[in-house]
Amino acid sequence: MKHLTPARFAYTLGLLTLLLLAVACFGLVTGPSSLTLADAWSALLGAEAGSPAVDIVRGIRLPRILLASLVGASLATSGVLFQALLRNPLADPFILGVSGGAALGAIAVLSLGGVVGLGYGAVPPAAFAGSLVAILLLYVVAGRGSRVSATGLLLTGVVFNAFASAAIIFLASLSDMLEGSRIFIWLIGNLSASRMDVIPWLVVFLAAGLCAAFFSARGLNVLALGEEAAEQLGIETERFKRVLLLASSLMVGAAVSVSGLVGFVGLIIPHGLRLWIGPDHRLLLPAAALGGASFLVVCDTVARSLLAGRELPVGAITALVGGPLFLFLLRRSQQRLLSDGGSP
Amino acid sequence: MESGAPSLSFEHVAMALGGRPILRDVDFRLERGEMVGLLGRNGAGKTSLLRLVSGGLRPDSGSIFLGERDVESFSRRELAREIATVPQDLHVPFPYLAGELVLMGRTPHQKPFGFESPDDLRLARQAMERVGIADLADRPIDRLSGGERQLVLFARALAQEPNWLLLDEPTAFLDLRHRIDLLAVVRDFVGGGRGGALVVSHDLALAARVCDRIVVLSEGRVLAQGAPSDVLDPDLIESAFGMEAEVVSGPDGRPLVVPRMARPEGR
Repeated sequence: MKHLTPARFAYTLGLLTLLLLAVACFGLVTGPSSLTLADAWSALLGAEAGSPAVDIVRGIRLPRILLASLVGASLATSGVLFQALLRNPLADPFILGVSGGAALGAIAVLSLGGVVGLGYGAVPPAAFAGSLVAILLLYVVAGRGSRVSATGLLLTGVVFNAFASAAIIFLASLSDMLEGSRIFIWLIGNLSASRMDVIPWLVVFLAAGLCAAFFSARGLNVLALGEEAAEQLGIETERFKRVLLLASSLMVGAAVSVSGLVGFVGLIIPHGLRLWIGPDHRLLLPAAALGGASFLVVCDTVARSLLAGRELPVGAITALVGGPLFLFLLRRSQQRLLSDGGSP
Repeated sequence: MESGAPSLSFEHVAMALGGRPILRDVDFRLERGEMVGLLGRNGAGKTSLLRLVSGGLRPDSGSIFLGERDVESFSRRELAREIATVPQDLHVPFPYLAGELVLMGRTPHQKPFGFESPDDLRLARQAMERVGIADLADRPIDRLSGGERQLVLFARALAQEPNWLLLDEPTAFLDLRHRIDLLAVVRDFVGGGRGGALVVSHDLALAARVCDRIVVLSEGRVLAQGAPSDVLDPDLIESAFGMEAEVVSGPDGRPLVVPRMARPEGR
């Protein structure tokens, strides 16, 4: 009988950690001015500040890699949480409009917060609040009954996203954010303009979210069977759900407040990992955190080095990969429903 | 082994959903060592009655007691160690393996995180062997047939090591041989003396053969309860199921219900 053993757990996560280290090295040496791994290494550890290599590695690339890993880990982990809580493998914070809610919260602070004395530091909590509101609305609108229909969820997400985009543009036009491309940073996820001063927020939010998620992993396995089934196996579902919804809002809020709307990471990574390691959340959650981090580091490295002299927003890269995959999964899930005769 | 509660009793339980009464003054008791069949037509309140015990619903009035203790005073985890439910079916959105699903039955005995203990694995394996699905262990649950899935859910309930089993039409998707096998395992479980089993069924003949007692629900009320041979007669079947039937004595002396088919006129 196959089951999760400590050896398989350690092996899988070890492999994914190595992958993350490898893509981090790739990110350090790749860019407009190419460096060798040895250059990057000495710039990182040894050399005195002041040389161009040190500026590039310590000042630009390393922070970008850290940021991309944190954002990728948050998005992929919250994707896993949404999929289990809503019992739908198509759920993703971006598709469901939860990221949109977070971005709206952030923009509200940026455009109107100045009046009441809120600075940039208030962006992460506002993004958290925005994603929490979006999640609660999602539950109220689409989550009636024990089983949430995929169609209801996706439609609600579409409407949320449209509303959030409109509200973001409206708020931005009240301030001077429509000028130039500042608004784009929010509407298409981007790591090039991230403010380093919010990184501590990001770390705290992500750590809290990940802890809550990891310690709930076994219950999450059961909750994915439905609330009543989970209760019959001894899970206090209401309390459990509240904790996990809070955790996922924290992670989405954290990610959005530094990167804007980076889509599909929470869809691609959990899906790919389930094919490889199966759906057991005890392994899937930490694997998604590592896998999501690696994925976004690669995407961001590509985004900043694909076109000479210009940067692509990383959200464009993830959407180019994730959009087609989403459509493929949607089609397959409908076919499966049909072949089941439409029964649950 | 802990002694456990001597009975699971429903005391004057009433419940309405959306203003519509579902259960009215339901009063009966499931004793340790007893297998009781819960019969009634669709919508009679059978599944609702199970959900009052297993979660999802609460009575508007009346109480359900496990021994001396009101079921509502149990934590979910305590209750899950006492009572296991086998649902009619389960939608599983992710491709868990059948073995993983059976292992989930160990949840109320486990810490919130960590790996399975050797005991967990042994009990899950035993449960699958008892139900005859050991060969399904490594198959993804979404590739199984409805009947196989039902057996997996039954094995999960056994792995839960409960004292009481609640089965909601556990044999609906099963072929005749597997029905008999499954009910034999339930009999065996009940014979262990830890507790009892309450089986919702639409199969009157089968229920009459394997159950010690049957409880017939109609429009949310207990219409009759007792030994199958005392309870099942044409009048009761007419009022509970709205159909005409003859009751004959089967080869084992138990009543056998033979529905009278509607025939075209002038036969």
